[in-house]
Amino acid sequence: MENLTLEGSAKTPSVTFTTDGKLELKGRSIPENSVEFYKPLNEWIDAYGASPQTQTVVDIKLEYFNTSSSKCILDLFKKLEGINGKGTDVSINWYFEEDDEDMEEAGEDYQAIISLPFKIIEVEEI
Amino acid sequence: MELGNIYRLYKTMEEENILLSFKGVVTSDLLTSVLQIMETKMDYLEESPKTKKKVFNVLVECLQNLYHHIDVNEESSPQREFIEAKSALFLIAKEDDHFMIRTGNYVDKENAKDLTEKLEKINSMDKVELKQYYQEVLNNGSLSDKGTAGLGMIDIARKSGNKLEYQLLDVNDFASFFCLNVKIN
Repeated sequence: MENLTLEGSAKTPSVTFTTDGKLELKGRSIPENSVEFYKPLNEWIDAYGASPQTQTVVDIKLEYFNTSSSKCILDLFKKLEGINGKGTDVSINWYFEEDDEDMEEAGEDYQAIISLPFKIIEVEEI
Repeated sequence: MELGNIYRLYKTMEEENILLSFKGVVTSDLLTSVLQIMETKMDYLEESPKTKKKVFNVLVECLQNLYHHIDVNEESSPQREFIEAKSALFLIAKEDDHFMIRTGNYVDKENAKDLTEKLEKINSMDKVELKQYYQEVLNNGSLSDKGTAGLGMIDIARKSGNKLEYQLLDVNDFASFFCLNVKIN
């Protein structure tokens, strides 16, 4: 199985999913229709779940995301919930920039819905 | 149009403190450009990162609403002899201490009632209720074929921190014109 790496664009985040159990989304996720973008990410997690590392760490470092992406991000977290406890312990780190209350609240929204260890981390700059 | 009207239009936009305006068909490429222009303008206005992010987020949702709306019209009413229906209007203004995003677009009359009910529901909610409503729709809803989540208006209300000012104008037997004003502090 190979790593999944995608460069970021004006409307999509950079993706670095590696087989050593580190998954990172970074940048902005604002495509009009997010489904197509997130499909290969979900497929990668499915494949990874078949032989995962004992620890899987997910870093979400988003500057902006739209409501179309918010649903796809939830589906991605639900997929991770599905592989959690099956040979791997999944944890999520949700990063937000200082004073960005909206992004902090967005983290709280997912924290309320998802039953995985979910840390919300304030940083100076993403 | 009389030549003098160009000046009147200019003066009106000047008085309304318009930073950017557009009337026409909203495409994906147009949105990419508009968002890029607005980011540059906000850097130039030396807005705080917090304001910049808020305005950008709300703008994305408002403009993508217009984008998806146009999509609906093409698919559901190809028979309509109403080319205007495919075009929309948006204005972005900066007034004293706040930004205003104003949009205008046609909606099918049959959808106007649902839209009114949704906006009334959103406007009746306080901050905490909006958060709960957002989480409920996020968790229980599903994406349409167009990738819309039914969360746009809730998100706009949440992030702007203000009630959504709107009006649906009767224009003919099958369409209404939807006017939306979003104030961002």
